[in-house]
Amino acid sequence: MLDLLKLRIRHGYQAIPDIRSAQLMGTHRGFPVIDESEYEGDWQKVIDVCPTNAITKNPVSIDLGKCIFCGECEEVSGKAIRFTNEHRVGCSERNHLVVSSGDGFGDFLNEAIAARREIHRLFGRSLKLRQVSAGGCNGCEMELNACSNVNFDMGRFGIDFVASPRHADGVVITGPIARNMAPALMDAYKSISDPKIVIAVGACAISGGVFAQSDELNRGLLDETAVHLYIPGCPPHPLTLINALLDFIGRK
Amino acid sequence: MSWVEIRNLQAIPLAEIPRLPIEGLRLQLIEKIKRGGRLVQFFGDKSSDGVVLFAVVADDNASRLYVASSSFTAERVYRSITPEAPSAHLFEREFHEEFGIVPEGHPWLKPVRSSIPGIAGDETPYEFFSMEGEEVHEVGVGPIHAGIIEPGHFRFSCHGEKVYQLEIKLGFQHRGVEVLFVRNGGRPIYLEKLAESVSGDTVIGHAGGFIRAIESLADTVVPRRAKLIRTIALELERTAVHLGDLSALSGDVAYLTGNSVFGALRTRVINTTMAICGNRFGRGLLKLGGVNFDITPQLRDKIASMIDELDEDVSLAAEVLFSSASVLERFEKTGVVNRETAAAIGMVGPAARASGVKIDVRSDHPFGGFEFIPVHKLTLEGGDVFARAYIRFVEIQQSIRIIEEQLSGLFAGDMKNELGQLSKNSLVVSLTEGWRGEIGYVVITNADGKIRKVKVKDPSFHNWLALSLAVREEGISDFPLCNKSFNLSYCGFDL
Repeated sequence: MLDLLKLRIRHGYQAIPDIRSAQLMGTHRGFPVIDESEYEGDWQKVIDVCPTNAITKNPVSIDLGKCIFCGECEEVSGKAIRFTNEHRVGCSERNHLVVSSGDGFGDFLNEAIAARREIHRLFGRSLKLRQVSAGGCNGCEMELNACSNVNFDMGRFGIDFVASPRHADGVVITGPIARNMAPALMDAYKSISDPKIVIAVGACAISGGVFAQSDELNRGLLDETAVHLYIPGCPPHPLTLINALLDFIGRK
Repeated sequence: MSWVEIRNLQAIPLAEIPRLPIEGLRLQLIEKIKRGGRLVQFFGDKSSDGVVLFAVVADDNASRLYVASSSFTAERVYRSITPEAPSAHLFEREFHEEFGIVPEGHPWLKPVRSSIPGIAGDETPYEFFSMEGEEVHEVGVGPIHAGIIEPGHFRFSCHGEKVYQLEIKLGFQHRGVEVLFVRNGGRPIYLEKLAESVSGDTVIGHAGGFIRAIESLADTVVPRRAKLIRTIALELERTAVHLGDLSALSGDVAYLTGNSVFGALRTRVINTTMAICGNRFGRGLLKLGGVNFDITPQLRDKIASMIDELDEDVSLAAEVLFSSASVLERFEKTGVVNRETAAAIGMVGPAARASGVKIDVRSDHPFGGFEFIPVHKLTLEGGDVFARAYIRFVEIQQSIRIIEEQLSGLFAGDMKNELGQLSKNSLVVSLTEGWRGEIGYVVITNADGKIRKVKVKDPSFHNWLALSLAVREEGISDFPLCNKSFNLSYCGFDL
């Protein structure tokens, strides 16, 4: 009994008090800043080093929907590409995920997620989501689970993951959507009553990620339905996930 | 003809691997397993006129691996090995599915990753084992489960609450990993990242296993400093996942203190990994030829003090957890796999050690930094949920010792060496002790020194059957607890 009390006291209060203003350590690779003029070599070399073909020229841009934030392009470009520790990279428009040379984080963040009034009205204080892993490697799944642990405690905002799609307001997809999971994912999607939200978490769900050229995928669902929120990363940090969700439902 | 004898990570020319008639391979394989050998790989490789089967058997006590092969052309039938050596069961099913080779007399020749209902070109329905009788009923769970976990289908045959039989159907997560390795053989950075994503909870384990295989083929010497950084990362990964598992196991028996405390401790460890390489799971750290990130003296001190404090906190938390009557009541004698069964089906990792099987790749077939680090093999006898939980605690303590030692021995040196050309027409077997157990990679090169075949084996490949056996005769409500006590990978199995 004494040990238990000692343990509880040592454990203390673990939750991050202010999720909205929390910063990540400097090593974290978040929003990339590109200054095309700083690298005078052949940009093709930088483009080729990217494992997921996320970099394009004219102007030099990185598609955060494909980027796995490995940072390999940083060194090759002589730091003309630099990953900052800004973690709030969620977006509601797919094309907004393309970050070009000269783009700053402030401007990116201002337009990243348009808080939708109807979502706030419908789900503002209680958002229930059904997560489906469709070929996910367990990386995104672990970070989504971490959102509900004692450190991040997403439940305090009324956002929870539920077991049944019938209880859910939307679906969170992780993984590149393996062909063998496509029918089950479709079933889960159809089982959620309208209006419903679709959230793509991680490079794999958004673009296929490192599995983009696999023959074993079936990403048909994403052609049929709109995705309302993209949360990039490999995997996205829990702070990235929670902040994107809070922005999305219009919480301050 | 005798099998060629190699060590872990020793590349050999394909020409040195004996080609036996299949019946000869079969008899010798059975003989080796009966004499205590362990089947670590048994897979098919497409050849110009058919399929070549490669078998790798480990002699764990002597730190040796034995390799032989056999080829099939038109006739693709042979007598199954499984009835004599059950650890071959899934390997035989795998190459039956991939190449149509028929192991005659296999007792359970079912698809491994295909035959998913509703998938085009996959119309053969998967037939589950079924039981009949009064009050016998079936429970089907999945592919989508209740929580945020990967998909798979579990089919229970029950009598009331009691589980008679559990059949696990996987394959939902299949992404074609092995094909992607070969197709992108010329893009080293892509290969590193793909290996990190084979199973995202074992980033360092899988990437390390693959990278060491390639480095052996290229005869590239990795700087000692890089090896030690890799070792520290591997042990941090083991510590973090084991802590997460203790947290989840506590949660499964409604012991919320353990759930919170171990969860918070895990966060501390993965944040340390992030301080090293910028990612909580170690992504981006490993590189062909070395590592991408250094552990500076300041960082070393930070990790050392984190580890120090962790040691104390884990001991206290474990003492409270393992002396709580309500926890012990659920953990003890639940989901037992005895030593004979564990050895016979080829179980690996902490789950095998919890059943008393003395195997640990770090000590049996040292790789990377473990060439310099003696690792004592820790085993328990119970084979129940308690043993699988307790062994995690013991292994966390062991990992903490290893990390402490490596940190103090971390002297200045290079972080990477240039990767050389891969040797031509060669094969290498790479074994790694990940937190879940033995991770196996086999890489084969062609006449141009390009990657021609990559065979991946996650520890889950062996251990899913153990879960099925563990829940027999248990209440169905104990399944989540048993499942978590193994914590197996779906995508690592499905590839």
